[in-house]
Amino acid sequence: MLKGWFAIYYREVLILWLRRRRYIATLTVSPLLYLTAFSYAVGDNFNATNHTYIEFLIPGLAAMASMLESYSIASEINIARFYWKIFEEFQAAPVSEAAYVLAEVAAGVTRAMISVSIIVVLGLPFGVFLDYGLLFWFAIILNAYVFSTLAIIIAMVVRGHADQFMLSNFIITPMAFLGGTFFPLDRFPEWVQFLLNFVPITHASNAVRSAAFNQQVASTSYVILFALGTIFFLLAIRVVKKARD
Amino acid sequence: MIRLENLSKNYNSLRALNNVTLEVPQGELFAYLGPNGAGKTTTIRILTGLTNKTSGNAWVGGYNIETEAVLAKRQCGSVPQLLNLDEELTISQNLDIHCRLYNIPRKRARDRVSWLLDYVGLADRHNSPIKNLSGGMKRRTIIARALAHEPKALFLDEPTVGLDPEIRRRIWGLIKKIQQDGTTVFLTTHYIEEAEFLADRVAFLSEGVLVALDSPKNLIKNIGQHAVDVVGRDGIETHYFGSGEEAKHYMSTQDSQLTMRRANLEDAFLRLTGKQITC
Repeated sequence: MLKGWFAIYYREVLILWLRRRRYIATLTVSPLLYLTAFSYAVGDNFNATNHTYIEFLIPGLAAMASMLESYSIASEINIARFYWKIFEEFQAAPVSEAAYVLAEVAAGVTRAMISVSIIVVLGLPFGVFLDYGLLFWFAIILNAYVFSTLAIIIAMVVRGHADQFMLSNFIITPMAFLGGTFFPLDRFPEWVQFLLNFVPITHASNAVRSAAFNQQVASTSYVILFALGTIFFLLAIRVVKKARD
Repeated sequence: MIRLENLSKNYNSLRALNNVTLEVPQGELFAYLGPNGAGKTTTIRILTGLTNKTSGNAWVGGYNIETEAVLAKRQCGSVPQLLNLDEELTISQNLDIHCRLYNIPRKRARDRVSWLLDYVGLADRHNSPIKNLSGGMKRRTIIARALAHEPKALFLDEPTVGLDPEIRRRIWGLIKKIQQDGTTVFLTTHYIEEAEFLADRVAFLSEGVLVALDSPKNLIKNIGQHAVDVVGRDGIETHYFGSGEEAKHYMSTQDSQLTMRRANLEDAFLRLTGKQITC
């Protein structure tokens, strides 16, 4: 049922490998800017947790980067589908829709892991040494699982690049800034806090941060991310099936 | 090898394919001829699993394209009109990914890729990225890719569109070679000479309807092999004759500007549909 998934994943990784220098350079710029700018701007004025602001920021950036990078497969799928028509090579092959979704999710998770690894390394010169154990990476993988499956759904539903860009602006950008990535949720009004409970990145930030701070495991957040990812996975299979005209 | 039974496709209110029924036996080189928008690409897309049919049935290699889709897809090699290769990757890498998609064991895949590159004359370019290749080389690469999993039927959608005459001839030679090696070839084209040169049988498609199906020779013979073009005030009018003598006799009775030539598939198509293939 999942035969052929590795071929699609292998292609994504091969392309990533060919672009490795550009790719790593691109992934480094934004977190470096956030770390520099926010640590100077907020710095000592931050007293919401028992950690410095930059310690608070690193897990948030990891959650945000894993979301953005796993979601970025939407653009790759979009280009492969509408511009290069490579998606048709997969459609014509004896590969199931589930295998295709699995391959793209694996590609999204790989991208997320690379981007978070870069953030972890960038934190070191700033003196940030957190607990990057299994729970931390499990939260990153679950977050990437949610957003790569969402990316597949959106890439299959849109009718072109313009729609893709617009949807990203409406869905991803607000989440990147509001889901507990840069600032603690308790700084927002209560009604905003309530609404943010329904946003996956809030749970990702929560899970990643509690793992990195070695606090009590945010098990509810892990369960919510897994459940949401699985719902999106099944929906993604359905929309890939419907992508035939 | 390929069987279509009342195959139809609607795009909203547009009937792109209308109850097409035909059969292509194993080893035949079959050409689907018609103007742009006739339904040629739609047929290939349905047969190769890219587009859902609206009604009817189709089989490739004895497998139903809907109920036995995975098995049917294994029988098909597909060369789309648009070159959907990974431009950043090399020829070998593109072929390697295809072999992995079809689950071909690694050793066999390596041997097959190496043999195919030799077969299409690209062995010395196997490490070249696709973006560095000419149009003809890209076309040969995509043909090699389509053959990598040893399909029983090869579908070529306008395989020589946009290529210069010399490269076109080279691709024709390759297509003939593929057929001689036992693969059934289903080709769409709007180039008359391509269908005439390559095909064992030709089907005329107009506005989604199959209007004729026969060998190129018979299709031309049925209208008369000799054509006389009469240039009049309303444009060119063509008359067809079974023999050269009849044509010459007709010409001797006319005083307008006349040209005698051999009839071709374009004439046959025009006679049957009232439309031209090339626009």
